[in-house]
Amino acid sequence: MKLNLRVWRQKNAETDGAMASYELDGISPDMSFLEMLDTLNEELIVSGEEPVAFDHDCREGICGACSLVINGDAHGPERTTTCQLHMRSFQDGDTIDIEPWRASAFPVIKDLVVDRTAFDRVIQAGGFITAPTGAAPEAHATPVPKPDADLAFEHAECIGCGACVAACPNGAAMLFTSAKVNHLNVLPQGAPERETRVLDMVAQMDEEGFGGCTLAGECATACPKGIPLMSITSMNKEWLRATRKSKR
Amino acid sequence: MARSFWDSTVGKKIVMGVTGLIMIGYLVVHMMGNAKIFFGADDFNEYGHWLRVVGEPFLHRMWGLWIARVVLLTSVILHAVCAYQLSRRDIKARPQKYVHKKARMSYATRTMRWGGVILGLFIVWHILDLTTGTVHPDGFEDGKPYQNVVDTFSTWYGNVIYIVAMLAMGMHVRHGFWSAAQTIGVGSRTRERVLKATANGLALILTVGFISVPVAVMTGVVS
Ligand code: HEM
Ligand code: FES
Repeated sequence: MKLNLRVWRQKNAETDGAMASYELDGISPDMSFLEMLDTLNEELIVSGEEPVAFDHDCREGICGACSLVINGDAHGPERTTTCQLHMRSFQDGDTIDIEPWRASAFPVIKDLVVDRTAFDRVIQAGGFITAPTGAAPEAHATPVPKPDADLAFEHAECIGCGACVAACPNGAAMLFTSAKVNHLNVLPQGAPERETRVLDMVAQMDEEGFGGCTLAGECATACPKGIPLMSITSMNKEWLRATRKSKR
Repeated sequence: MARSFWDSTVGKKIVMGVTGLIMIGYLVVHMMGNAKIFFGADDFNEYGHWLRVVGEPFLHRMWGLWIARVVLLTSVILHAVCAYQLSRRDIKARPQKYVHKKARMSYATRTMRWGGVILGLFIVWHILDLTTGTVHPDGFEDGKPYQNVVDTFSTWYGNVIYIVAMLAMGMHVRHGFWSAAQTIGVGSRTRERVLKATANGLALILTVGFISVPVAVMTGVVS
């Protein structure tokens, strides 16, 4: 396959960036999108140019390190992570625009790499769960109803990649935060901190400068793990409940 | 608690949702009241008079109406202030736009902000036109709402302003009603279809109901 790439290049956080065009030939449809970028980087290195910086780690869709807005879609045209996207989703001769996640809370570090530590701070704000450490507890000691276990698991699938923020027209982190809140709030293990968790995480989310929710639904469409939009509704409900209960 | 509620994006959105629902509730009642215009001048004017004495003798004359006015004014102000503050925040959260643009959201969703601004301007005009009579085309008469309505819809601009605003209202309600349900946390997977259908139904009924009045004046059904 022959491709025309237009890639966001930016030296560092202090300098302005711009889209740069590259022509790339000899791409196999079986390559992953990241392998295609590796190929581009090999060529750039050989010709003495600076390779394109992009985030990646596991390359199997479970770590949440990869990102990239591809032709306007977070993680590209398929509902998966960029590392699991293959070049067969594109046509020979395509022009592909590659941009970093765009949000004031996710400043660009270099090229396509953004700083997502805001997510870490939202998680930290949620605090720990009150669980005894030591030997693994007996599996049946704390019964969890099946629907609750399923719901918790659905939300636990969030890999924190930030596609929701990238796709949201308001740069909001509501889907991410709701996945983290709901994951623990539906479980008995998360019950003691149920109120503080949601209040603190939402406060931190605001603190980081993410936008608000306008129920556009873009986040859930982009999410490679299929976290549903309804998670936001559940978090709103938890937040209201916690506001009524807590005296803060 | 009040402070952290108001400072939170989630809290502000809940204020928008609740005030929006109050206004939608009012719109339903308002539309039903408007329908009395199809039963003639006496019926409609009498209804206008009743609005002033509603609640008597428990409430003094005009009290009922003023309570409604205060609730609505508070709602619209809170709603607009939250909309403004949240929108500013949203725009700041995405300082750099994507080069590759893609429009995917529904028309109703994309037009909430401008639609809301149109509604705000319309509300001001509507009150100056038919409540205070300040910008009424000719000879506004207190206590003669039937004639006043016919006057307004006998001008081309009266019809244009009203119909455009009602289309904006319909779209605002379409996305707004469903959104409010999510914001205040009453939405769920099982209620999704019912909520979407109610939002669409409400939007359609309100739009058609309100637009029927200028159309009736234009076609001579009401004159
Ligand atoms: C002063 C004029 C108005 C402005 C500036 C305004 C603006 C807005 C904005 C920006 C939103 C958020 C959009 C979104 O979530 O995508 C919104 C939501 C909403 N609006 Fe308005 N609006 C106005 C008047 C009204 C009126 C008259 C009604 C009642 C019929 C209404 C009902 C709603 C509802 C129910 C929501 C959903 C709130 C939520 O998601 O919780 N709005 N409005
Ligand atoms: S690199 Fe780990 S999810 Fe894509």
